[in-house]
Amino acid sequence: MADNILEVRHLKKYFKTSRGMLHAVDDINFTLERKKTLGLVGESGCGKSTTGRAILRLLEPTSGEIIFEGKDLNKLSKTQMRHMRKDMQIIFQDPFSSLDPKKTVSQIIAEPIKENKIITDKLLREERVLELMETVGLAERYINTYPHELDGGRRQRIGIARALAMEPKLIVCDEPVSALDVSIQAQILNLLKDLQEKLGLTYIFITHDLSVVNHFSDDIAVMYLGQIVEKAPAEELFDNPIHPYTQALLSAIPIPELGHQRQRVALRGEITSPIEPPEECRFAKRCLMCNPEICKASVPVLMEVSPSHFVACPLKQKEMGLLK
Amino acid sequence: MQGAGSCALHLLFDGANMYKYIIKRLLMLIPVLLGVAFVIFAIMNVAEGDPVYQVAGPDATEEQLEALREEMGLNGSLIQRYFRYIGNLLKGDLGTSYISKMDVMKLYFQRLPNTLKLASLAMLVAVLISVPLGIIAAVNQNSWKDTLAMILALIGLSMPNFWLGLLLMLLFALKLGWFPSGGSEGFISVVLPAVTVGVGLAALLTRTTRSSMLDVLRQDYLRTARAKGVTERKVIYYHALRNALIPIITIFGVQFSNVLGGSVLAETVFAWPGVGRLVVDAIDQRDIPTVTGALIMTTMLVTVVNLIVDIVYAYVDPRIKAQYTK
Repeated sequence: MADNILEVRHLKKYFKTSRGMLHAVDDINFTLERKKTLGLVGESGCGKSTTGRAILRLLEPTSGEIIFEGKDLNKLSKTQMRHMRKDMQIIFQDPFSSLDPKKTVSQIIAEPIKENKIITDKLLREERVLELMETVGLAERYINTYPHELDGGRRQRIGIARALAMEPKLIVCDEPVSALDVSIQAQILNLLKDLQEKLGLTYIFITHDLSVVNHFSDDIAVMYLGQIVEKAPAEELFDNPIHPYTQALLSAIPIPELGHQRQRVALRGEITSPIEPPEECRFAKRCLMCNPEICKASVPVLMEVSPSHFVACPLKQKEMGLLK
Repeated sequence: MQGAGSCALHLLFDGANMYKYIIKRLLMLIPVLLGVAFVIFAIMNVAEGDPVYQVAGPDATEEQLEALREEMGLNGSLIQRYFRYIGNLLKGDLGTSYISKMDVMKLYFQRLPNTLKLASLAMLVAVLISVPLGIIAAVNQNSWKDTLAMILALIGLSMPNFWLGLLLMLLFALKLGWFPSGGSEGFISVVLPAVTVGVGLAALLTRTTRSSMLDVLRQDYLRTARAKGVTERKVIYYHALRNALIPIITIFGVQFSNVLGGSVLAETVFAWPGVGRLVVDAIDQRDIPTVTGALIMTTMLVTVVNLIVDIVYAYVDPRIKAQYTK
């Protein structure tokens, strides 16, 4: 049996708006094996970050179960949850706004260690900070600098060191490289990869950049308007995308080769509003294959079409004989 | 890591740069003061009525008036008199009051401790009310706590100072007899005026604290702090408040400068012998040297307060300090 570190069941996060409930995350289910990486991809506003934050309860989920190492996080009190943060951390997208501008590098990295009383001795703590800085490749001379004095790559290294400070088991990487230059992106990605091997970390890797996620993830889940539409091992997903949305997404990845052009699937049509969405496939309005009779009949559910490959497209499910 | 104390020193005296900055700012005071002195001087010159008549009385002869004019330093053109005045100012001489015949510098320094006492205590009252109230309002935005805090701030802002003073006097001096209704006998008599002035100032500070906190509470780094497992209390006081301080300090500085010029209404209601009343009385009596002198001294004080505020900025925000030391 697989050693699952995290299991998410029926996770929902709705936001109240003046026009009704916004279904930012709507009934998400997945399991994550220890020391593996789950890539969460989708376009802007599809609820990737909200999912990541709701899993850590940085946003209170509307409903659902988040079972981390056998404990349902949603049932923990605020104080208990604070203690759980030792084991689960997050790296934020924007290294410019996510660091307190009034704290030095050493204060930022040491704070979680100090607050959670992991190391109470000041000297030992400083040693640990230096060790962490070395781990993420930050030179010792930056220890007393402020974030504004450093470039994006170094700032993101601070963010990573800070996340590692408590030796977490799970890290949610919320678009950790999208605010960085391409050359720095590679550095940070390699660093994250090395750290995973060295420290046995489990990642949820949130991104809209498919070429990044391909090299990084074991499994990939594609999200569309708050729901997972397809989930499969990385290679399988890239070789054999089934959901029309996944196909469209993959066709949009540029190929770094002169004169080479891929047949692009250009999406048209109006995006379904996430506010009080109708009980149908949310992609139906933009889908090139849509058959209203089938696609607008009910909310699609994820079904396993081949081992570990899940798809939530009623049309394809019907084709494969999974749906009557 | 450094403690808070050594950190402050480190920030303020980081190399010679901060010193250089302070000295530069102090030198910049000189032209500012010369300009302000000229404006005050010119305005006083335009003011109606010749003080010589007032002093000499209606029966004085033309020669007597001329002699008096010379004695009072009122002969010559405006520019001549201005430079004479500045020359004396540099020697620490602000002239003699027409009315009390006392040295203006001395008069001013008699009143200054009272004003400082009242101003500091009023600011203390203002901060003690406004900062907690503003934080509570921001953290509980749009709840009844927020509404209540904002209503209190509105009341504080719109209530006339002298009226609040009278009400406080009625209750605490006449009815309960806890504090004297006026005068300047020891610490106890400054309490009511300080509360009166402080409540008025607290209103604006509360609003500033609230809006500044609201802004900071939405910042990403607060989410980072929560993800670190920092308690909500610390998130608010350690991360949010410190980042929200700059606008609060700015308003604090402006208000402190204002009360240093004297809180005329409160001083009048409570018979508090501060600078404000010195100036107002002097204006009433056309005591030009006293008015000019007190205004120049107040200007000097205000510019010093501004400088202190700027230095405090550098202490609070390392990014501002980086600008100073460039």
